[in-house]
Order: sequence, then C-alpha cells, then structure tokens
Amino acid sequence: MKKWLRPALDLALLAALVAAPLYLSAYHLSLLGRFLAMAILSLGLCLVWGWSGVLSLGQGVFWGLGAYVLVMHLKLVGLQPGDMPDFMLWSGLDHTPGWWTLFRHPAVALAGVLIVPTVAAAGLAWLVFNRRVGGIYFALITQALALAFATLLISEQAYTGGFNGLTDFTTVLGHYIVDPSFQRALYWITVGALAAAFLFCRWMGKTNFGKVLLAIRDGESRIRFLGYNPAGYKTIAFAIGGAFAGISGALYVLHVGVISPAMVGVMPSIEMVVAVAVGGRSSFTGVILGTLLVNFGKDWISSAMPEMWQLSIGLLFILVVTLLPKGLAGIPELGRQITERIRRRTARRGVEPEVLAITQKN
Amino acid sequence: MQNALLSVENITVSFDGFNALDGISLRLMPTSIRVLIGPNGAGKSTLLDTVIGNVRPTKGRIVFRGEDITELNEYKIVRRGICRKFQAPGILENLSVLDNLSLAARPRRESWRSFGVGIDSSVRARVERVLERIGLEEKRHTMAGQLSHGQKQWLEIGMVVSSHADLLLLDEPAAGMSLDESAQTAELIRSLASDHSFLVIDHDMTFVEQLSAPVSVMHMGRMLKEGTLEEIQRDPQVIAVYLGREKEEAVA
Ligand SMILES: Nc1ncnc2c1ncn2[C@@H]1O[C@H](COP(=O)(O)OP(=O)(O)OP(=O)(O)O)[C@@H](O)[C@H]1O
Ligand SMILES: [Mg+2]
Repeated sequence: MKKWLRPALDLALLAALVAAPLYLSAYHLSLLGRFLAMAILSLGLCLVWGWSGVLSLGQGVFWGLGAYVLVMHLKLVGLQPGDMPDFMLWSGLDHTPGWWTLFRHPAVALAGVLIVPTVAAAGLAWLVFNRRVGGIYFALITQALALAFATLLISEQAYTGGFNGLTDFTTVLGHYIVDPSFQRALYWITVGALAAAFLFCRWMGKTNFGKVLLAIRDGESRIRFLGYNPAGYKTIAFAIGGAFAGISGALYVLHVGVISPAMVGVMPSIEMVVAVAVGGRSSFTGVILGTLLVNFGKDWISSAMPEMWQLSIGLLFILVVTLLPKGLAGIPELGRQITERIRRRTARRGVEPEVLAITQKN
Repeated sequence: MQNALLSVENITVSFDGFNALDGISLRLMPTSIRVLIGPNGAGKSTLLDTVIGNVRPTKGRIVFRGEDITELNEYKIVRRGICRKFQAPGILENLSVLDNLSLAARPRRESWRSFGVGIDSSVRARVERVLERIGLEEKRHTMAGQLSHGQKQWLEIGMVVSSHADLLLLDEPAAGMSLDESAQTAELIRSLASDHSFLVIDHDMTFVEQLSAPVSVMHMGRMLKEGTLEEIQRDPQVIAVYLGREKEEAVA
C-alpha cells in the first residue's frame, strides 16, 4: 500500500463520521453514535488482544463499570434534595449509601468513569500476569469475571437496580438528554473521543512500549530473556484496555439511556471480541470498521429475525477465523496474494512472456 | 586467584526424578570463551537454562560477579548482565532488524519507561556498531522474519551482544550454517571476546577449533573433562562417549 494511502483513508473515514448528522436520519445517527462508542472499547481490545496477545472475554465488566458509575451520577442529579433513587426505596433502604453519593459531583463521576475500570483492570492483570498465568487460562478467568459481575449486579438489587438495571435519567450537566441538539453534540463528542483514542493507539504503536507488546505477542519468553518483564507491559496494556472500555460504556449509556446486567455479561463480552476479530485484531482502523459492521449487522438481523442473531455471530466468528484470519484489515493483503497466485499460474503456463515482464515491472 | 565472573556450584536439576544435571560445577573468568560439548541429552542446554533462570535447580547455587542469582527471575538475571541465545532462533519476526537490536540494546527496560518514540542516540550508536559487526547494515529495515537462516542466527547473536550483558550464553550458534558462515561466526565471537565472556555450545568440531578456546565436555549431567581441544580429542573417555561416536557416524 502506498504510504499516504492509509492516513488518507483514515481522514476520509473521519470526515464521513463528522459529517454524518448532515446525511443520516436521527434514528440512524443514534445507532451510529452507539456503535462508535463501542469502537472505543474495540481499540482497547486491539491493544490487549491484537498487540499483546492477551485474549479477554470479560471486557464487558470494565465497560459496565464505566457505564454504571456514570449512571449512578445521572440518577443522583435527577433527584430532589433529600430524595433517594426509586429502586432503593422499593428495596427498603433508608438512605443512599456513601459509595453512591460519592459520584454526585460531576468531576468525581467523570474521574470515576476513568479510574474505576482502569484500576479494576490493572489489579486483575497484575495479579494474574505476575503469576505467569496467561493464554487460555486468562481468557477463562475474564469470562468467569464477566459471569460473576453480571450475577452480582442482579443479586444486589437494592444497590444496582438488579435485573432491570438503571434507567430513567433525563439530564446530563443540565442538558436534556433527549434534546436533538444534545444528541448531536453527544454524537460529535463520541466521534472526538474515538478519534482521540485512535490517535493514542497510533502513537502507542510507534513507541518502544508498542514494539515490546508485539514482541510479547510473538515470543514472550524471547523478550523476557532480553531483560523485559512482560507482566508489567501486559498490565499497562490491559489497564489501557480497561480505561477505553470504561469510556466506551459511559458514552454508550448516554446514547441508549439504560444500563442493565444483560448488557455487561458473557454474551456481550464475546460479541466485543467477535467484532474485533472481524475487523482484524491488530489493525486500529480495522477494529473500528469491524465494530460498525458487526453492530449494524446485529441491529438489522435482530429486527428482521431476532432468534438468528446468536447463531449468526457464531457463524461469522467461524468464517472469519478460518477464511480471513486477519479480518477486514487482511483483505488488501489477501487480494495481493490472489493476484500474485494468478500471475504465477499464468507464468507457469508460459503464456505471453512480454505481458508478464511488464506486469512484473509494475 | 582471580575472581570468577560466573561460578556454577554443584548444580542438580531434576525432571520428574531424572537428573538432567547431576552436581555439575563450572567457573568462568571475565573476557574468556568456554566451549561446552557433549553428546545429545548430556544436559548442555539445561545448564544454560539454569544459569539464566529458566529452569530451577534442586540443589546447588549459581554466583554471578559475587552475587547469588540462583533464585532470581529471568529478566532480573538478564539485567544483571547475562544474556542467552537459544538453540532455535529466537528473534522477533514481526519487527525490523533495527527494532530487534534496539529492543535488546535499551538500557531501560521497565514498562513505565518505554513510552518514548524512536531510538536514543546512545542506543542508536550501539546498534550501528553491532549491525556492522554482524554484517547486516544493508538489512536494517528488513523484517527479521524475512532473513535467511544464517542471518537470523547472526541477528540473534547481535541481540545478545547489544544487550548490556557481559556474559553471553550461545546455544549452537553455528547450527545450520554453511562452512563459510560458521567460520565468520567463530571470527565474530572471537572478536567480541575482547570485552565479553562467552559460554558456547556446539557439536561441530571445526567450529569449536576455530574458536580456539578451552573446552568442557559434559556427559549425563556431569562434567567429564576440561582442557584444550587437543587434550580433549586424545582423551579415551571422551572418545568413548562422544567423539568416537561422531566419527562412526561420519564413516557410516
Ligand atoms: N523440560 C524438560 N522436561 C523433562 N526433561 C527435559 C526437559 N528439558 C530437558 N530434558 C531432558 O534433559 C536431558 C538433557 O537435555 P538438554 O536439552 O540439556 O541436552 P543437550 O545436551 O542440550 O542436548 P542436544 O545436544 O541434543 O541439544 C535430556 O534427556 C532431555 O530429554
Ligand atoms: Mg541442547
């Protein structure tokens, strides 16, 4: 690929996204905004899985932490002075617990959205990677975590809203969420956050840190024998993945207006991984496109044939893994390989040597 | 007596009851080469594994520059100044030759100190010197995975050399090389020995001869004999367990 082509494509994509309110209906814009929020999580997963080789089946947890922290804030600011969130009253609590009211201040809530998932991810990664647990065991641990997190949210109804989750919040920093101008602003904020996350990833890929991550993915023991401790690198990468997931979750709930355990458990976490695999797990542009494709596909299939979604995502995953291991991002390379093969076949038949010489020169 | 750089003291390593190393000892002086030979399964690679912390001994201790390193993590041992080349090439295939060398050459390898972009000038200078020595200047931007087998081996020797290690452990560095390449490799190691120490494993006697260094022969996890190559080649015990067998194979 020509050197300027990739940044040019990225810029074209960005321009198309920024201008989307001009050509998309409010409904489709809201869908796109949601999926772009998900793409931030995918970028984090790209660093974690695509670059460091650490498969996480529990990104829903960090995503959910970001989402729940923000919604706790939104529920609190919607209350009259002295009131409690409705579901707490129904569960018989007599006051709002301190770890809830902590997030009343918007600055604290914003910090919480970033810090809570990051610290959770860093803590888990540090514990596990320092014990040299990795690969499939780490994937299983994160999956168990996703299951435990969703179960905990359901069982602690008095504090979490239980199975139904948290909804009915109307204002954010004094703006009505349903207001079309707020919706448009929220969309652009999402695009801005995604662009920032993307640039961060690109920069990260150029640092020595990024190179060590690739090295860990391709040969963890080799890098250890050059005096690097992979646990530290993987922990930082996983913490960044957690932070991205948290931001993604917080933006997502603003777009949809509800958060519930069903959105953070095992199945959503797997869907996140599939979207990244479809895009090509180590390509930043690829995972963004993959996330959009899978999520629009999900929206379309689940409204046309709701029972088909889980089946289709399973099939999609198998197809990508077997036919297109590098995902959408691998298509240009695949195209090159195919033309190369065709060219070699014609060469073997010995036809038209002059034509061949010309194609080879190009 | 001069202080040893590395001293392996009565090391025993046991895999499920089988002693791959059986109370072995070895002393290495600064800026010297030592060659380690012995039949397949003698425990040569296991000895290197133990020195670098990849395998834990059941008995004995390893002292490097006066410090007991027996229980340290691999990466900490490496930061103390020992680096190892594995039997199978262990380069980072998806990075360029330059990136491979500069990752090895960076003095600061902690994760939180790795957020710089590009290569420091001191690392750069070091890498350039190594590139010249291993003859890969022209290939600096090539992906390491695309090098030929011999070039991969040299790159890995280069990585081991550019790491700030004083003791370099090379496991069969000339394996799979042509006669020419293997002579160049011996020359490279000898030129580097002016400011490094080497422990080199190899089976190829021509290569060992070119290194012109003292030889230790291992057999069944023990040190059978130490001496010059000539002494070793005349030793009846060594001929019986190792060299004789090689000759028979050569004849057959
Ligand atoms: N991880 C392991 N688990 C069990 N046995 C092992 C392990 N590593 C090595 N061994 C055994 O220990 C013995 C010594 O192996 P080692 O690889 O050190 O031999 P070597 O001298 O390097 O041989 P070669 O010349 O073939 O490379 C062999 O019998 C081998 O099968
Ligand atoms: Mg060996």
